[in-house]
Amino acid sequence: MIMNRLRSAMIVGVVLLASGCGIQPWVKPYERDRLADPIMAWDRDALSSAYLDHVREAREGSRGATGGAGGGCGCN
Amino acid sequence: MHRRLAQRAALALLLLVRATSADVLPDDRADLFYSKYSGGGMDITGESVLVRKKFTENFAVEGSYFVDKVSGASVDVLSNASVIKDERKQKTATVQYLNDKTTYSLSYINSTERDYISNTTHFSLSQSMFGDLTTLTLGWGHTTDTVGENNGTALAPNVAWLGHAEDSSYQLGLSQILTKNLIADLNLEVITDDGYLANPYRSIRYLDPTNAKGYSLASQVYPDTRTSTALQGQAKYYLPWRAAVTGSYRYFHDTWGITGDTYELDYTHPLANIWILEGRLRYYKQGHATFYSDLFPYADSQNFMARDQDLASAENTTIGAKVTYAFLPDGWKMFKRGTATLDISRISFHYLDFTDIRDFGLPEYQPGDEPLYHFNATVFQLYFSMFY
Repeated sequence: MIMNRLRSAMIVGVVLLASGCGIQPWVKPYERDRLADPIMAWDRDALSSAYLDHVREAREGSRGATGGAGGGCGCN
Repeated sequence: MHRRLAQRAALALLLLVRATSADVLPDDRADLFYSKYSGGGMDITGESVLVRKKFTENFAVEGSYFVDKVSGASVDVLSNASVIKDERKQKTATVQYLNDKTTYSLSYINSTERDYISNTTHFSLSQSMFGDLTTLTLGWGHTTDTVGENNGTALAPNVAWLGHAEDSSYQLGLSQILTKNLIADLNLEVITDDGYLANPYRSIRYLDPTNAKGYSLASQVYPDTRTSTALQGQAKYYLPWRAAVTGSYRYFHDTWGITGDTYELDYTHPLANIWILEGRLRYYKQGHATFYSDLFPYADSQNFMARDQDLASAENTTIGAKVTYAFLPDGWKMFKRGTATLDISRISFHYLDFTDIRDFGLPEYQPGDEPLYHFNATVFQLYFSMFY
């Protein structure tokens, strides 16, 4: 059941990938200076975050979904 | 035992991918990392080195080596009168390839302890689209574990290998620029496990009038399979005075009946382009697994039985602070800049149906009436990062 849902979500993702080129960005590249600031990075130090995730996961029943999607800044 | 740490390391690769936009590979860097965890009878020190190098603008390689040293044991292990002293070594190798707006990452992780061997392969791809407003990430990982129990001592180990476990993980992530000041992130992860999933060092207890303590201990019996689903949403907002605030929530549920909620709030504040200060608050709460009990009525009273504190109803609160100092702003020789970071967290754990049988018992406390267990832990990290 869960696998079917995940598969469906991935299909939606692939469709989005294939159709994504036609949409105009509503935040222009030259308007992304604040988003490009290092303080807006989801994670400045992946090594440290992975370590903290481990500390928690070793003591909690929950796990997963603490990584994440790609950057999204698009600042270059 | 450090079950699933390799899987965590694999997911760190996803963090790496999202540390930059999907159409630029991250900067070359080298890190020296030291960590110390103290709390609940455990002392764990960690040392790590990481090196990352771009060979072209489209191709990067990363390697890391991590050593964890554990001494002491948690309360439920101590209740069974054994103390752990162990060392874990983890090696990670990653290659990343960027093609237009798609980043591909492939990694292999090997983790070994005296009583645990784990190998993980992880693949992910990250795609920028809609004018780089949106980034979609898909990830897949597979881990094989060999699980043992050390019945000897730290100096003279005697490991009995108990079985194998495998897991597969599937990640789907979506990161979205919403306004000039706001970015949001949605992450879904499903993990399926199969094999020996119990912690051999922990025990159940059951009422036993023939025992002077009023109870006896016995081995845990876990299901051979587990599937979990976690969904996390987070948003980050740029404040008018050059600072950032992040809010996140994660929902968790698995086939063992555990449901968890995690709330986190972070605030980041730079000072004069030299310092970055960060504070965070985190609250976590979970309900127990269906086959968990602090005290079973008699031996073999259920087909599955656990008294692992990780599966109990519990909550914890974290308060943390992080300071980053930037040095060599004009660079030095091959290095463009460097940072030194100190990170300290204080975590307060409270268990809602797991009692402290190490320090309390008859005649003052009847079995099951012992005080609930709680402890505080300090997590200390110090690391130096050089960018080149």
